[in-house]
Amino acid sequence: MKNLRSTLLIFVVAALGFGALQALIVAEILDDYTLQILCVAGINVLMALSLNLISGFTGQLALGHAGFMAVGAYTTGVLLVHAHWLLFPALVAGGLMTALFGLLIGIPTLRLRGDYLAIVTLGFGEIIRVAINNFDEILRWAFNSPDMVGWTGGPTGLSGIPGYATNIMVNNPAAFLWIYPIVVLSVVLVMNLIRSSHGRALVAIREDEISAQAMGINLFGMKLTSFTISAFLAGLGGALYAPFIGYLSPPGFDFLRSVFFVIIVVLGGMGSITGTVIAGIGLTFLQEFLRTSAKDAGNGLVVLIQQNLFPSTISAGAWSVDLVPLSQVLFGLILILLMIFRPGGLMGTRELPLTRWLTTPWWRKKELLP
Amino acid sequence: MLEVTNLHVYYGAIHALHGVNFQVNAGEIVSLIGANGAGKTTILHTLSALIKPKEGKISFLGSPITASSPEKIVKAGLVQVPEGRRVFANLTVRDNLILGAYTRKDTAGVAHDLDSVFGRFPRLRERSRQVAGTLSGGEQQMLAIGRALMTRPKLLLLDEPSMGLAPLLVREIFNIITEINREGTTVLLVEQNAHMALGISNRAYVLETGRFVLQGKAGELAKSDEVRKAYLGG
Ligand SMILES: Nc1ncnc2c1ncn2[C@@H]1O[C@H](COP(=O)(O)OP(=O)(O)OP(=O)(O)O)[C@@H](O)[C@H]1O
Ligand SMILES: [Mg+2]
Repeated sequence: MKNLRSTLLIFVVAALGFGALQALIVAEILDDYTLQILCVAGINVLMALSLNLISGFTGQLALGHAGFMAVGAYTTGVLLVHAHWLLFPALVAGGLMTALFGLLIGIPTLRLRGDYLAIVTLGFGEIIRVAINNFDEILRWAFNSPDMVGWTGGPTGLSGIPGYATNIMVNNPAAFLWIYPIVVLSVVLVMNLIRSSHGRALVAIREDEISAQAMGINLFGMKLTSFTISAFLAGLGGALYAPFIGYLSPPGFDFLRSVFFVIIVVLGGMGSITGTVIAGIGLTFLQEFLRTSAKDAGNGLVVLIQQNLFPSTISAGAWSVDLVPLSQVLFGLILILLMIFRPGGLMGTRELPLTRWLTTPWWRKKELLP
Repeated sequence: MLEVTNLHVYYGAIHALHGVNFQVNAGEIVSLIGANGAGKTTILHTLSALIKPKEGKISFLGSPITASSPEKIVKAGLVQVPEGRRVFANLTVRDNLILGAYTRKDTAGVAHDLDSVFGRFPRLRERSRQVAGTLSGGEQQMLAIGRALMTRPKLLLLDEPSMGLAPLLVREIFNIITEINREGTTVLLVEQNAHMALGISNRAYVLETGRFVLQGKAGELAKSDEVRKAYLGG
């Protein structure tokens, strides 16, 4: 009952947010560039949500989510480009194919204790890029036809992926129409899973495997289910990415991208869904800001110094500096500071009490405080 | 109720149990007593199928469970309170108890049992929204026992419930164990505190480096010279 109410509430809030954003788009207040970052943020949230399910809630560290993203993206991309599938089934197929990969990796590794999953997923993330690079060659060899058109495009990448809109000029608003609801649905799905008795069992596994087993929880079965759902969601993230970006190449799914998802989860709080959503959106914008604004900000600063402290040098030419390489350092610095001041992440394992805020009248809130 | 024959367990090359035989009858409290490293925890883990024995047979309520899975054994009613309590530290007291009922589908029965666990351990009721990791050692032991009771065990395995507790609390815990037994749950108790364990048990087995060296009625063992010397401080 309580779950149903909070689920409905999330949908209502999400719908209102969606309506507001749409209004901003129509009124052309929200420009295309911001919209594009919002889409990336949505996909990042989905990827981190997926990772939080297996690592934050179930306690099994996974370090190859970029690999899962690649499987989903390439599956959808290839189906759209070469098999001319409709968008929706191609997206679902991307998720399902990745779930299958999750099963295949999970079955041999999740029986083993400890950190094997971290090592194997890490390896998988690296191998999958090599596999995509050489996929076409293997295909030609297998079919014994050297002139065969490849599927993945190998190192050159897979280009010409049909977008969400036929007119490429409006691809971002169209992508947003797909990404936003799918991400909201996934968040609600994971939230309800976590609050169910099965979700509690996953947390129990994270807390203490022996005790979880002593309570009759099927360790391997629950881990495998969690990991497969996680893989599905990560594949869906990749699937959504393919028609959004239009071009895929293996280096885009490197280890650093996996690390970025880990950072979102850790920063938001291992075991907090609202934390993941906040950190996912926040870090996407922060990274984008550092990447694009670092140059302007750096130049502005240097010019200011020059004008005020060294005016005599102006005649010799304006100073300029490129802070873009520094932006990654800055990004890391901000993360370090955040982790020093909030070691459990922004939210720890807590959630925002959204339901209570919105369903309790303000005059009763004081009484409810413990 | 429980029948264990010729149990051999290895950790790699380490031969931890050398052919252990024992049984527990319905309604009893049976103690396994032994020093550190004797193999007591190993026996309980093997009963719960957390470790696979190399050789031997375990039968529970008349059916063999040697090849069974941990969750099937819990469902059958053989449940352990693990050594060192091992509560789910970041979950609330209430969520810990509800997890105990994970295998059960009867919502009304679970609600009833939750209430009776809170009745048995009023301190847990007061702290039901507190995170389990912040409970005191004694409260955590109560929670671990309460959590196991939520599974509705027929045979309850307790691994050193007195570990690290003050004498007064140990007495309280042992009273509770006796009470649980009187209400119809059979108990297999693993202890180093031989004095207390023998005090509440019907029968006992003494384990030394993976072998039983003595067994018998608890009262007789408490009087025997070997036990007095080794475990009761003279
Ligand atoms: N996972 C393991 N790997 C290797 N050896 C182990 C393992 N667990 C236990 N042992 C060994 O098996 C023997 C029995 O251990 P067990 O934990 O059953 O003893 P115990 O009687 O429960 O001791 P304690 O009273 O200290 O809890 C010990 O020698 C121990 O070192
Ligand atoms: Mg032990």
